[in-house]
Amino acid sequence: MAPVASGLTDLTIAEARDALAKGTLSARELTEAQIAAVEAARPLNAFITETAEQALEMAEASDARRRAGAAGALEGIPLAIKDLFCTEGVPTTAGSHILDGFKPPYESTVTAKLWAQGAVMLGKTNLDEFAMGSSNMTSYYGPVESPWRRPGDDRPLVPGGSSGGSAAAVAARAALGAIGTDTGGSIRQPAAFCGIVGMKPTYGRCSRWGVVAFASSLDQPGPLTRSVRDAAIMLGAMAGHDPKDSTSVDTPVPDYEAALSGDVRGLKIGIPKEYRLDGTPPEIEALWRQGIDWLRHAGAEIRDISLPHSSYALPTYYIIAPAEASSNLARYDGVRYGLRVPGADLTEMYENTRGEGFGAEVKRRVLIGTYVLSAGYYDAYYNKARQVRSLILRDFTDAFGEVDAILTPTAPSEAFAAGEKMDDPIAMYLNDVFTVPASLAGLPGISVPAGLSANGLPLGLHLIGRAFDEATVLKVAGVLEQAAGFDAKPQFVAGGR
Amino acid sequence: MADTNRGLVQGKTGPWEMVIGLEVHAQVISESKLFSGAATGFGAAPNSQVSLVDAAMPGMLPVLNGHSVAQAVKTGLALNAEINLTSVFERKNYFYPDLPQGYQISQYLQPIVGEGTIELDLPDGSTKEVGIERLHMEQDAGKSLHDQHPTMTYIDLNRSGVTLMEIVSKPDMGSAEEAAAYIAKLRSILRYLGTCDGNMEEGSLRCDVNLSMRRPGAALGTRTETKNVNSIRFVKLAIEYEAKRQVQVLEDGGRVVQETRLFDADRGVTRPMRSKEEAHDYRYFPDPDLLPLVLDPDWVEEIRKELPELPDARKARFVDDFGLSPYDAGVLVAERETADFYETVVTSESGKRDPKLAANWLTGEFFGALNRSGIALAEAPVDAKKLGGLIDLIADGTISGRIAKEVFDTMWESGKPAAAIVADQGLKQISDTGAIEAIVAQVIAASPKQVEQFKAGNENILGWFVGQVMKASQGQANPGLVNRVLRAKLS
Amino acid sequence: MAVDRATVAQIAKLARIRVPERDLDALAGELSNILSWIEQLSELDTEGVAPMTSVVAVELPRRADAVTDGGYPDKVIENAPESAHAFFAVPKVIE
Repeated sequence: MAPVASGLTDLTIAEARDALAKGTLSARELTEAQIAAVEAARPLNAFITETAEQALEMAEASDARRRAGAAGALEGIPLAIKDLFCTEGVPTTAGSHILDGFKPPYESTVTAKLWAQGAVMLGKTNLDEFAMGSSNMTSYYGPVESPWRRPGDDRPLVPGGSSGGSAAAVAARAALGAIGTDTGGSIRQPAAFCGIVGMKPTYGRCSRWGVVAFASSLDQPGPLTRSVRDAAIMLGAMAGHDPKDSTSVDTPVPDYEAALSGDVRGLKIGIPKEYRLDGTPPEIEALWRQGIDWLRHAGAEIRDISLPHSSYALPTYYIIAPAEASSNLARYDGVRYGLRVPGADLTEMYENTRGEGFGAEVKRRVLIGTYVLSAGYYDAYYNKARQVRSLILRDFTDAFGEVDAILTPTAPSEAFAAGEKMDDPIAMYLNDVFTVPASLAGLPGISVPAGLSANGLPLGLHLIGRAFDEATVLKVAGVLEQAAGFDAKPQFVAGGR
Repeated sequence: MADTNRGLVQGKTGPWEMVIGLEVHAQVISESKLFSGAATGFGAAPNSQVSLVDAAMPGMLPVLNGHSVAQAVKTGLALNAEINLTSVFERKNYFYPDLPQGYQISQYLQPIVGEGTIELDLPDGSTKEVGIERLHMEQDAGKSLHDQHPTMTYIDLNRSGVTLMEIVSKPDMGSAEEAAAYIAKLRSILRYLGTCDGNMEEGSLRCDVNLSMRRPGAALGTRTETKNVNSIRFVKLAIEYEAKRQVQVLEDGGRVVQETRLFDADRGVTRPMRSKEEAHDYRYFPDPDLLPLVLDPDWVEEIRKELPELPDARKARFVDDFGLSPYDAGVLVAERETADFYETVVTSESGKRDPKLAANWLTGEFFGALNRSGIALAEAPVDAKKLGGLIDLIADGTISGRIAKEVFDTMWESGKPAAAIVADQGLKQISDTGAIEAIVAQVIAASPKQVEQFKAGNENILGWFVGQVMKASQGQANPGLVNRVLRAKLS
Repeated sequence: MAVDRATVAQIAKLARIRVPERDLDALAGELSNILSWIEQLSELDTEGVAPMTSVVAVELPRRADAVTDGGYPDKVIENAPESAHAFFAVPKVIE
């Protein structure tokens, strides 16, 4: 395949921003290079819809704006958008058959904010169906392949999920950055598997309006990028109060880039003992200890903390998320949009449409959710889960009385091969063991690529912060990034390495 | 619970009591919907008052209308009910094409309004207190049209998301009459408050009837629910039919099935609703897109202070201040506009008019004319001032009651004030004794036979004489005076 | 807690999802597995703990009563699999 023009696709957002500002690069050139990369990356199946024509139009408009003296925070930056965000006039599938043909007549708040800051849309990325999964194996549009391979092993690997397409695209240099959603780890875990940065902001930081809902009390949009600085830049553009979302919080958006001082002296970093699990590979434990050392050397104080109810986080999540999802997905009924499979009467039409339109994992979760909410079980499951969730939040609130950030591994393994862990849903659910607690507590979390496994695959470290303290989370992440010096590239880079 | 007032249904094997509870769904008067900014007016083109939120498009989220909350609180206060300062919106999950989200946002365990009371005015003049169980807010559903196409149902979502108040009574009613009185009073209160227009034909007030039958004094029987009855008349018919049906089932040794039914107005029967055959498990849970609703007690107090005078209070005042009978007062206060009109007539700038005379005229001739014309009070060609003017002319003897009726008809047709019509047509009552004596003398002279009959002891012939004098005076002679003069002359 | 095929059929009915007869047992097995796993929550003593209503500690916002939306029936209908004269159309429901 033809090499891509002069490494443009390897730039970070910050670097591209500088070049564009200096005028050494035009938005059109950058987008053209990126479009070629998107095409080159097709074997990964990271994109469901490519929007090359629209991207070029947006890039032209960006250059025109710049000539007129205006430039937004993401002016001319080509981004990939998880296909869970409704984008006006552009097919939006949620990775599902049931949204066949659906073209939203509206734009999600978060993507509208990106375009208002001058960004360019490359396309809609692949994902686990309705954001339910940790491997991007459940999409109706086929699995996404990670750009990483084990050297000498040609089995495709999973990019993680559910934002697998976004993570793969960024890692493969098919986009400078991407957005995804994180409900139990769906940005952070694929970021770790793909060796990039992925952040879940505080619940309520970014608007959910126009994001296809999975679990309303957990879903949160966030950035996937190749550097912590890029994540800070994107978060600044994405965050903010939205009166159309009643769970969106009206609190000012700080200058996240300015928070990247690199100075963590005196900050207290908590190490939760309950996150030491039997069965975590020793190299991940080792990387965690390495992360602790890095921060200690940078002047942070390390404290052991306890988050006593951590082991109950996953089952709590797998009651609450499916319950909310079972209700959120009731609107997919073949009446007003998407797939309709005919039936002898209305009930059959519903049952056929949803039976054919939803994949196996979605069906499982909708049925679990329906069950735990049903008469006789509400108290034992759903209400109980909400109580445990209160306890988990209390654990964090207590811990943050002692420390300013918490450090854990992101995932309990490196990326696994496509098709593995598919026999037992619970094995798949365990991928999120380190990321789910922060989701339940609504706290910000970030994954930073910190090292490579013995198999040469990326491993991430995970930081959790106080509510609306993304600034501290990004600051500590920046220090980890600096110390780790992770510069490995995947085996597959669009347009060649 | 007042058990003593229940009407009884006679079955083959003895008497049965009705136990009736009513759930009323009242559409709230507001510009926009409960959780979306789309308009709420009736009769718009299909799907033209539908936002993306109402259509339940992917990614849409609800945002609460503050005015809907105020309307619900206002209504709760008017029902003497507890206002719950914390209430929670929950999702009621079920599938139906006019329910686009696949769930209705409602309130379940923690409604905004708790227990209250309402006083019924019964036809015999007595009153009965009925308990209110609760009032909560919820979304209305869209409309399904089943008769537009042979094999398809058409869906219009204009109504989807409009604010409803569901007002649940305690099962304190024992007859169709009481149920009708309940709806009438509730409707009146809602219209006084301006929280619902109570238009049952347009569907802004709908009634679900819960009814069970039992032997007097026995435990409660199984109840059925007859949904969406949209007139008071149909509520009475549905109750009467359903009561008889249940008695028949029970006396035949069967069991009443707990089910949801519809009232078929064409055939005057209730029948089971097909789509509700299966037991519903609504899987209520708090809506995660909405936080609990917390009300400031001061804000609630402000609303309480601004409550208008309600029908019961106004009725009491009309009885006390105007000396009206409770029945007449009740008729006048049923609609706020009528009560306002009446008070304007009675309390003129020049002083208070005779309240009973005003009441008689309003409920008699005026209401009669309104009904015949088929118009609303606000459109009447005779306003309160003009009616007052007419009453003044009666009160000061300018015209008789009978002439006043003719004048009123002319006022109705022409819109002119009474005084002008009386002047134009020279209808002033003749109260000049001299003039009347002259006419009486003429009539007596012309009717010797009748004079004979009177002198022979036939008192009733006096009426004939009065009629003759009235005819001779084109009805303008003062009848009371005519009577006196005749008696004097004939004796 | 195990769910049997009859329960699965019942839940599928509630959720309006067709599950072919031949899949009921396997699905019952999968669901039972997941339910047993989530049941470990019953080990925890949660006496007196308030169930979490929301992670955001803000008041429910209320908006002013004004018409700010709707009035675009074409947009509302444009994605419908079947529509007629600005109505959505579905197989007829008999009440």
